[in-house]
Amino acid sequence: MINRRDFCKKTMIMVGGLALPLAAFELFDPKTLRAEKTDTEKVRWVFLVDTHKCVGCGMCVKACKIENETPYDANVTRTWVERYVITRDGKVHIDSPKGARDGFKTGKIDIGGGKFEDIKPEEIDKAFFVPKLCNQCDNPPCVQVCPVGATYQTADGVVLVDREWCIGCGYCIMGCPYGVRFFHPVYRVAEKCNFCYHRITKGMKTACVDACPFDARRVGNIKDPADPVTKIIMTERVNILKEEYGTKPQVFYLGLTKEVK
Amino acid sequence: MVHGEAWTVKELFVYPNEYIYWTIQIVMYPFMTGLVAGAFVLSSLYHVFDVKKLKDIARFSLVFSFALLPVAMMPLLMHLLQPQRGIEVMLTPHFTSAIAAFGIVFTTYAMIVASELWFVYRKHFVETALELRGIGERTFAQHMRHLLFSALTLGAYDISEHALERDEKAVKVLAGSGIPVACFLHGYAGFIFGSVKANALWMTPLMPVIFICSAVVSGIALCILTYIVTMEIRKFLAARKQRLYPKLPSAAELKSAEVQVVTMTAKYLVMFLILAITLELLDLIFRGYTAVKSWDILRSVIYGKDFTNIFVIQYGFGNLVPFILFLLPGLTIRRAVAGTLMVLLGVFMMRWNVVIGGQAFSSSFAGFMHYHLPIWPHDMETYKEGLFGALTVIVTPYVLFWLFNKVMPVFKETH
Amino acid sequence: MKNHVWRPLYIVLAVVVLVLLAQYIIVPKDFGIGERGYMYGWHRKGNEAEWKAVKVKYKTSEYCKGCHRDKYDDIKSSPHAAIMCEDCHGPALDHPKDPPTLTIDYSRELCVRCHFYLPYQTSGRGKIRGINPETHHPEAECTMCHYPHNPKREATR
Repeated sequence: MINRRDFCKKTMIMVGGLALPLAAFELFDPKTLRAEKTDTEKVRWVFLVDTHKCVGCGMCVKACKIENETPYDANVTRTWVERYVITRDGKVHIDSPKGARDGFKTGKIDIGGGKFEDIKPEEIDKAFFVPKLCNQCDNPPCVQVCPVGATYQTADGVVLVDREWCIGCGYCIMGCPYGVRFFHPVYRVAEKCNFCYHRITKGMKTACVDACPFDARRVGNIKDPADPVTKIIMTERVNILKEEYGTKPQVFYLGLTKEVK
Repeated sequence: MVHGEAWTVKELFVYPNEYIYWTIQIVMYPFMTGLVAGAFVLSSLYHVFDVKKLKDIARFSLVFSFALLPVAMMPLLMHLLQPQRGIEVMLTPHFTSAIAAFGIVFTTYAMIVASELWFVYRKHFVETALELRGIGERTFAQHMRHLLFSALTLGAYDISEHALERDEKAVKVLAGSGIPVACFLHGYAGFIFGSVKANALWMTPLMPVIFICSAVVSGIALCILTYIVTMEIRKFLAARKQRLYPKLPSAAELKSAEVQVVTMTAKYLVMFLILAITLELLDLIFRGYTAVKSWDILRSVIYGKDFTNIFVIQYGFGNLVPFILFLLPGLTIRRAVAGTLMVLLGVFMMRWNVVIGGQAFSSSFAGFMHYHLPIWPHDMETYKEGLFGALTVIVTPYVLFWLFNKVMPVFKETH
Repeated sequence: MKNHVWRPLYIVLAVVVLVLLAQYIIVPKDFGIGERGYMYGWHRKGNEAEWKAVKVKYKTSEYCKGCHRDKYDDIKSSPHAAIMCEDCHGPALDHPKDPPTLTIDYSRELCVRCHFYLPYQTSGRGKIRGINPETHHPEAECTMCHYPHNPKREATR
């Protein structure tokens, strides 16, 4: 008959022993992430942004507006570039004049209301540019809140808006933590970046990727292990925006720092 | 100008596509549905809990609740960029979205109120239809009225004691089952905001409960106020008509707003006021205590930009002052009017502070947006989402109420 | 007999039937749950094809290479190699059918996108040789002195 002490000892050992191999499955591993997708889809579009390389020329924004017929002068855009200037006093200055459609034509920071903030070059600790676009999240909160099924996610991961069905309530725009959605000024329905779905499904790249001369933007298929974008995401230190919201965004950033909003 | 640009002023860093998209009509919508729910709950207090003193105000609340119902839909239709597609919420509802619940909840609630009204007024419909049928040569107007009232009877002409008893029982059942539906009608509105994780101010599990409580508060306050106003107007009109038609009941014979009824109803109002403010303060205290990432910008909005809107108008004039007014002994009609008006202001400001306040800061947490309500409309957009659009929504229930009163008279004794 | 109490219920049922009828008539037949399930895939399937059919505007430099081999080779052997032709010349669309010629943008605004010098050492921008457009020949177009297809060479104008 086993006594109490032995029983406790043996149980502890058994549980501890079991926990070890079980724990091995819990470690986050990008390969597991890929395997976890139980669907048999061969394509899942992802994007890679290299903030070391972006110079803020705004060619991507211009190309996107023309390719996707977003009215050029309207103050909305499917993609944009943000400028971050961190000065010695620790303050972070951020702007994105017209979404960087015309690039950054001044060293002064646009703080809204027609006002600009002067920054002395010797005060700059670091400064960089961060392109932004729809993250085509794996758990898109914008799709979850659409009351009529006008926005949805395709099998290959792109979130689209049905212009014929959208009622223009704006719930999806409020639901996006990244601020990528807006009302199309002409069609008067919700609109956002869709990874140039008409291009990538034909084997082309997105307009912004083609337009960027500095290789700061890249689009790829995470399901294809030979894709150069996939290789970078798997092997280099990439980050995502606003991870705490649980949206599982699929735009990966190289050089993303704590100041980026 | 893109939608939202006309009334948004950005400060510091705001994402390029961010504007204040949910404006005055989205503030009006929960305010109007709150009035609907509150009016219904008040009416149910009489029918279900047999609070006999509330009989007059109960019937009035029910009809007014029905007049408010189509108006509750108006702000949404004015807000939608494609209002003609609004019916899609009933055709292809996506139930993972709180807004999709609107179709079912709204229709259910409308059915319950309509059915309850039918049972309350069935005797009146039958009597009027039979009376009109008795007239040999009907004028066009009489003919139309006859058709309308015959249709409204739904073919149930039995108005014996027995049948009327059954009517009362049905009303009790409907009034009782309507209370949770009214709560749901307003709880889901709170859920619409509370479930948006992207908005740091909106996201809290307390939101549906806060909305329900303040909805009940607004409904009760509106009913008290409209009851007082309507009783006084009737006396005033009677005094004028008396000179022409001396046979009509005089102002002295007509009942004026009864202080006992008002005092009793005010007690319920105070209870819900306490509940509403407790929840709001709880939310605020928790936010300040836990101080998560969004607290810095929220603090500058709540204690800075919106300080007057929140603490002075909503909490001060909308909660504290009415609280004192209603609790001081010897409540007068005049004090009740002042109190209810302030409560309604407070409830409106609560909606405003949630909807507009939630968009006063950018999702970047590094910038602000200032809302300028369009006053004079210069196109459809600045009308619908401007002051005059809001006024249209406010005036319509009274127009509808006047129409409904002709078919379902509130002040005549029909039983 | 209890039957008059149920009359409103008949109206309710009629309304429900009306809604179901409206659904049957108005909702497109291909509307339903997609591959991503009900939460993320509730949509009209035909819309996917509509988005795929959007007209492509930018054809990439490989398209231009077909007829403009000389300019293509010029720029590809210069520091401007990575800039696609359409960045400065606008989208090809159906060129040469429509439009027959693409615009050549001679404005300073275009070049200044990259060549406005910004002192950002932690970004690629700080490594691009640039000028202050307010002081560097503000009266002239850049191409008066610089050849954009190969900035190392002299201007051809």
